[in-house]
Amino acid sequence: MKAPGTDARELRSESPAIDPALDTFPKLVRANAQRFPEKVAIREKDLGIWQASTWSDYLGEARAIALGLAALGFARGDKVAIIGDNRPQLYWAVMAAQALGGVPVPIYQDSIEKETQYIVDHAEARFAVVEDQEQVDKLLNVKERCPRLEQIVYDDPRGMRAYSEPFLLSLAELAERGKKFEIGHPTYFDDEVARGGADDVAIICYTSGTTGMPKGAILSHRNLIITAKNAAVFDGVGDDEEILSYLPMAWVGDHIFSYAQSILTGFAINCPESSATVLHDLKEIAPTYFFAPPRIWENILTSVMVRVEDAARPKRAMVHFFLRLAQEIERARLDHRPVPLRHRLLYRLGDLLVYGPLKDNLGLRRVRRAYTAGEAIGPDLFLFYRALGVNIKQIYGMTEASVFITVQRDGDVRLGTVGTPVTGVEIRLTEQGEVLFRSPGVFQGYYKNPDATRQTLEDGWVRTGDAGFLDHAGHLVIIDRAKDLSRLADGTMFAPKYLENRLKFSPYVREAVCFGQERPFVAAFVNIDLAAVGSWAERRNLAYTSYTDLAQKREVYDLVHQEVERVNRSLAEDEALAGAQIRRFLILHKELDPDDEEITRTRKVRRGHIAQKYATLIDALYSGRDHVPVEARVTYEDGRTGTVRADVRIRDAEVFARGEGR
Amino acid sequence: MSEPARPAALLEVEGVSVRFGALVALYQVSLEIARGEICAIIGPNGAGKTTLLNAVSGFYHPYEGRIVFEGRDRTRLRPYEVAALGVARTFQNVALFKGMSVLDNIMTGRLLKMRGSFLLEALHWGPARRQELAHRAFVERVIDFLEIQAIRKTPAGRLPYGLQKRVELARALAAEPTLLLLDEPMAGMNVEEKEDMSRFILDVNSEFGTTIALIEHDMGVVMDVSDRVVVLDYGRKIAEGPPEQVRKDPVVVDAYLGVSHD
Repeated sequence: MKAPGTDARELRSESPAIDPALDTFPKLVRANAQRFPEKVAIREKDLGIWQASTWSDYLGEARAIALGLAALGFARGDKVAIIGDNRPQLYWAVMAAQALGGVPVPIYQDSIEKETQYIVDHAEARFAVVEDQEQVDKLLNVKERCPRLEQIVYDDPRGMRAYSEPFLLSLAELAERGKKFEIGHPTYFDDEVARGGADDVAIICYTSGTTGMPKGAILSHRNLIITAKNAAVFDGVGDDEEILSYLPMAWVGDHIFSYAQSILTGFAINCPESSATVLHDLKEIAPTYFFAPPRIWENILTSVMVRVEDAARPKRAMVHFFLRLAQEIERARLDHRPVPLRHRLLYRLGDLLVYGPLKDNLGLRRVRRAYTAGEAIGPDLFLFYRALGVNIKQIYGMTEASVFITVQRDGDVRLGTVGTPVTGVEIRLTEQGEVLFRSPGVFQGYYKNPDATRQTLEDGWVRTGDAGFLDHAGHLVIIDRAKDLSRLADGTMFAPKYLENRLKFSPYVREAVCFGQERPFVAAFVNIDLAAVGSWAERRNLAYTSYTDLAQKREVYDLVHQEVERVNRSLAEDEALAGAQIRRFLILHKELDPDDEEITRTRKVRRGHIAQKYATLIDALYSGRDHVPVEARVTYEDGRTGTVRADVRIRDAEVFARGEGR
Repeated sequence: MSEPARPAALLEVEGVSVRFGALVALYQVSLEIARGEICAIIGPNGAGKTTLLNAVSGFYHPYEGRIVFEGRDRTRLRPYEVAALGVARTFQNVALFKGMSVLDNIMTGRLLKMRGSFLLEALHWGPARRQELAHRAFVERVIDFLEIQAIRKTPAGRLPYGLQKRVELARALAAEPTLLLLDEPMAGMNVEEKEDMSRFILDVNSEFGTTIALIEHDMGVVMDVSDRVVVLDYGRKIAEGPPEQVRKDPVVVDAYLGVSHD
């Protein structure tokens, strides 16, 4: 790892040079239109049919929009708000704005009026190109409070007949005006494109702030071109890819996949018919390159499993058998263990009977690489798809990086990590464990927000706000938001959520709460999963009467003990977390319940409340006793309350020395 | 009968009475629907609203009076003949082919426009194929218009009620009607579905210029979408006019609030 640079200019000089003839997206599109004019650039499902536009159409349409905007008095540096679902016309509008030296500002199509108003106003947008009446109405309602907004252009004329506002016009009318304008200015478009350069602002992406107002990250053509190219080379993205463009255009990821990478490599993008038809369109397109957040992967899996459970018994048994087999094989592959020949042969059979047809049905048969990012994806979910033969990989990125920071490399996928840095990206960890990065994709700052820029961007390094570490193989592991980390009494780093998630990866553990802040070691409360442990107990002829009874069985403690030591062993592999292994644990005598205010309705642990309610148990964990009698009030579903009495056991878990876990 | 103020009447109902045995369902009802307007027909239960729609669409034949459509007497036509003239309708109780896909259901709306021999249709060849594609293209425009792309291939019977109503509207629109009769298009819908349906009705009217007669109970909807309201009670027309005026009409208020009828 290199030392941090001293100033932003030094970083610039490191980035590879760009051919000045191809240093902006409009120039690249023009080159595509010459190189492969008849190759499909965008498909959109409209009126039930996939309608294709070629690269020469792409250039022609964007040119028409650009000239129309020019006729309305568009000046270099003007901002254009872009609002709507993924539509070819809106991608063309993005390019049109860039061609005139303007800046597209995509806005989430489902934003409420207040958010839309804030961004339109803050970005000082003079123009807006929007999809339909819904978005026009939204802008009309906020227009008074956005004094700089002059013209609104809409694509779909449906329902727009009755609107008479002079500043409203359709894309078709805009193109008409462009045609007239062109007569007097035949070389205007090419002249304006020629004036553009790599360091012009390409886009301002407003990040949805969980706290405070959204911030507009400025990305240059250079940022996007180099990052998109590096990532494409890193993962072997070619010009024959097909992608489905269904994630919001305002999200930087869509801008990279559906705009930047598509233009750079020349691959085709496909716009679904409507947001409700995405899964169906996915099946029809069968993309080779696919991105989905964990939520969508989960939805697909659920829809599959529901249908499997509805199938006839022999079919169901077959599917379960082969899915289990595939996951076992995939686990072995990821651990670089040898796979027995018998299993490899059976996998072939499974491919014929189960995996192939299943992938075909989901539209995942042709996927060469699929990405997931955002929240952590469960290992079971991840394994399910990999086992089917879908090359799903974690990426780690953010708007301020032009998306790509790390990607799991083919053949080097490690569960629980987000992979290794993409070409050109450097990663550094602060003393506090925060992940910093530096790359050609580092943004130019937040628009009109120097304070926020200063807090995030320092000497070319960007603070991600995430805490993480590099594991022994150099893969980045993201633990938590940096502000949620805490330390043991001796100063060792301790990431409660990370430990809890690791424990919950076990099917037997439903909830876990880890303690350790200002304490000598880490201790944990565990909630067993009644269904999983219950059936485990039944298979062993272990009788039990209730959750409380089952939870305090010696055998169940043995079972959980193994899980805790599994987590400890995995922690021992990592320098940063080896000191925060779980030394003592207990299994709670009752399930954590939102009715008892122990967890939220969305199943987030309410740490403070639990620490207070179970103070005696926590004291016992740190006092060396091996059991503690408790009484707890519980609220039943019907609102009555009762008391549960139990003698809760406490166990010591083995702690592993660093490296011993491997 | 026709007033000079509104020469462009698309439909003229002149003194129509309908009887079922001794029961007089409609008694000498006269009304006009102008080209391009949205006319709501309201009235308490049993007022004869659906009977009126049925008389217009040829299900019932009045025993007296005339029904004039586009300037010609259409009193004695059969339903399919009325449909061929450009009158389409939806039903109070959804009447879709439950086992057929939404697409096929809507295609049936094009049936009267299809020409061709049985043999060519069966072989799906030549003109029959071209014709089918043209009809399909039109149906896709309707699907797009009513935003039901996601359920194109779903069997109609599996859809929630609100969507079934929308599919029924789609089938009626597929017939490219000049006059669209909607029998309680919003019955049993929640507020959001009602808003959607109101918007579609207004859009149909403004985009295609379709004249619409609709029966509706929800006065809010009636006020929002209709240009004119006709009120029936016990088979007679008791009031007619712009929505605001009709709402204030004491006769109408009486009929709705159930003041005793002597």
